[in-house]
Amino acid sequence: MKQWPLVVIGFLLIAGWPLVVHDVFLQRVGALVLLAAISASAWNLLGGYAGQVSVGHAVYFGAGAYASLGVYTELGWPPIAGAPVGVLVSMGISALVGTPTFRLRGHYFSMATIAAAELFRILAANWPLLGAAVGLMGPPVPRSVADLSFISPIPYHYLFLAVLVVLLGLTWLMQRSRMGYYLAAIRGGDRAARSLGVPVLRYKLYALLLSAGFTSIAGSLYAVMVGFIDPDSALGILISVKMLIVAALGGAGTLFGPLVGAIILIPLEETTNAMFGGGGSGITFIVYGAIILLVARFQPGGVAAFWAVVTDRVSAGRRAPAVPGSSRVS
Amino acid sequence: MILLQVVVSGLLMGSVYALFSSGLTLIWGMMNVVNFAHGDFVMLAMYAAFFAFTLLKLGPIFFIPGAAALLFVLGVVVYLGLVRHVAKGPMLAQILGTFGLALVLRYAAFWAFTANFVSLPDNLVGGTFDIGGLRVEASRLLAGVLALVITLSMHLVLTRTALGSRLLAVAEDRNAAMLMGIRPDRMQAIAWGIGAASTGVAGALIALFFYISPTVGESLSLIAFVVVCLGGFGSVPGALIAGLGIGVIEALSAYLIGAVYQDVVVYALFLGVLWVRPQGLLGTN
Repeated sequence: MKQWPLVVIGFLLIAGWPLVVHDVFLQRVGALVLLAAISASAWNLLGGYAGQVSVGHAVYFGAGAYASLGVYTELGWPPIAGAPVGVLVSMGISALVGTPTFRLRGHYFSMATIAAAELFRILAANWPLLGAAVGLMGPPVPRSVADLSFISPIPYHYLFLAVLVVLLGLTWLMQRSRMGYYLAAIRGGDRAARSLGVPVLRYKLYALLLSAGFTSIAGSLYAVMVGFIDPDSALGILISVKMLIVAALGGAGTLFGPLVGAIILIPLEETTNAMFGGGGSGITFIVYGAIILLVARFQPGGVAAFWAVVTDRVSAGRRAPAVPGSSRVS
Repeated sequence: MILLQVVVSGLLMGSVYALFSSGLTLIWGMMNVVNFAHGDFVMLAMYAAFFAFTLLKLGPIFFIPGAAALLFVLGVVVYLGLVRHVAKGPMLAQILGTFGLALVLRYAAFWAFTANFVSLPDNLVGGTFDIGGLRVEASRLLAGVLALVITLSMHLVLTRTALGSRLLAVAEDRNAAMLMGIRPDRMQAIAWGIGAASTGVAGALIALFFYISPTVGESLSLIAFVVVCLGGFGSVPGALIAGLGIGVIEALSAYLIGAVYQDVVVYALFLGVLWVRPQGLLGTN
């Protein structure tokens, strides 16, 4: 069975979504799905393809979000102009944090990323330049189109879609290049990869830089759309956890896994939030926790692994190996 | 003198850190799996102590062992129902499994007990001692000393008893242990039980003098990771020394640079040590 007709149909459905539905809530959910898909796909570059499970990606998301609203409050620039700044800051942080932590394997790496992220969250929450505990606001009234402040979710939908297409395109190229095979080897085990001559540390760092950069862009887009951030909504551990859950549910280390995960989880989250109001976020995370617990227990490959079983076309080589059991790290 | 006071209260808190971190280091040493829900286990024990006192009118003599027993059962159930299965899967599954558990526990507590802070009455273990000019609250003294005693006895159980030898045998070499007639599965279930029971005691002790909230587990988990990493994976004496050290460092940084930065200092120290010695301060490999 060919995969490309499905991809084309899926793309058309996503591209047409805000034109087909007229309800603003549903249009907003569409844009949020794409945003979650961007950040989870960015996480997937490191956490999925390279198998380095980061629980600290909120740092890069927050760097992008704070850079966007920071250039607005400090310099009066349109928030989106902060995106490149955020990418540079994120890459700086990732080089700083990644170099020591990449020598750690498995759980140690995950724990170090949590500690690093919490460290930055506490610092931001106490730094007046970043609004301390109150956070930062975007332009209350758009000054020009460059502020990208729209009432309708439709412009955001297409902006996010464009970024997602670029990201998935790059991921697809990466997956088929030398780097894709190197990362698959690293996921199989550091030592084995090194013994095959893979420059492990260097390629982990490449994956992190790429991943951090795109996560930062997702953070900037979030700040531009929502127009308000504080330490918890931009740097909280739940931001990291959400990326991880979305990617893992869809299938970590697969091209479309994060998008599929976002399509399943984000409408669920928005519906619970709408139903239960402010107290809904608690219930959302009980559901999230239960989902990843069950995924881990019964099908660590996520929806992608189900899909492979359903379509019964497990041809090695076409797809980066994502089947459970293939990435055991000692 | 104030500095000495700070160090003493740091040591008492550190002794409780050492207790629940010993549980984590045991689990980790046994099967190379991290329990990301470890701090949330402590949180559950704190609520167990709180409700045992407020609803059942049970004093510390009852609720401390009660919390230990409750968490022992929880640990065994979690091992049998979840960890045993995800441990065979890829690394991502191991992390997701206990992380999912942590989220479920944390937000279920949030939902059931609300976000409001609660605490046991101050005078439950009443009074303040004056030891040569040092003022020490009785509740903190009790918590610190009891935690120290239990951590040390855990070490003795591991090194001096037949059960301890069986546990260490499984940690050393699962297959060889099996050939000696030891059931690895049962031993790992017991390790999870003991590890969780240590959080039960620690939680009940912390509840004596600390506020209780659903999210308190998050930072306690991180502290346990830091202690275990610094002390070396699987070493109870290492966890004891590192726990006491972290308690003192935390208390000193809260005193010298401000309470909001005490965690920053601990995490930065953790990352710094990982940079220099990825195997932990006292670890060998």
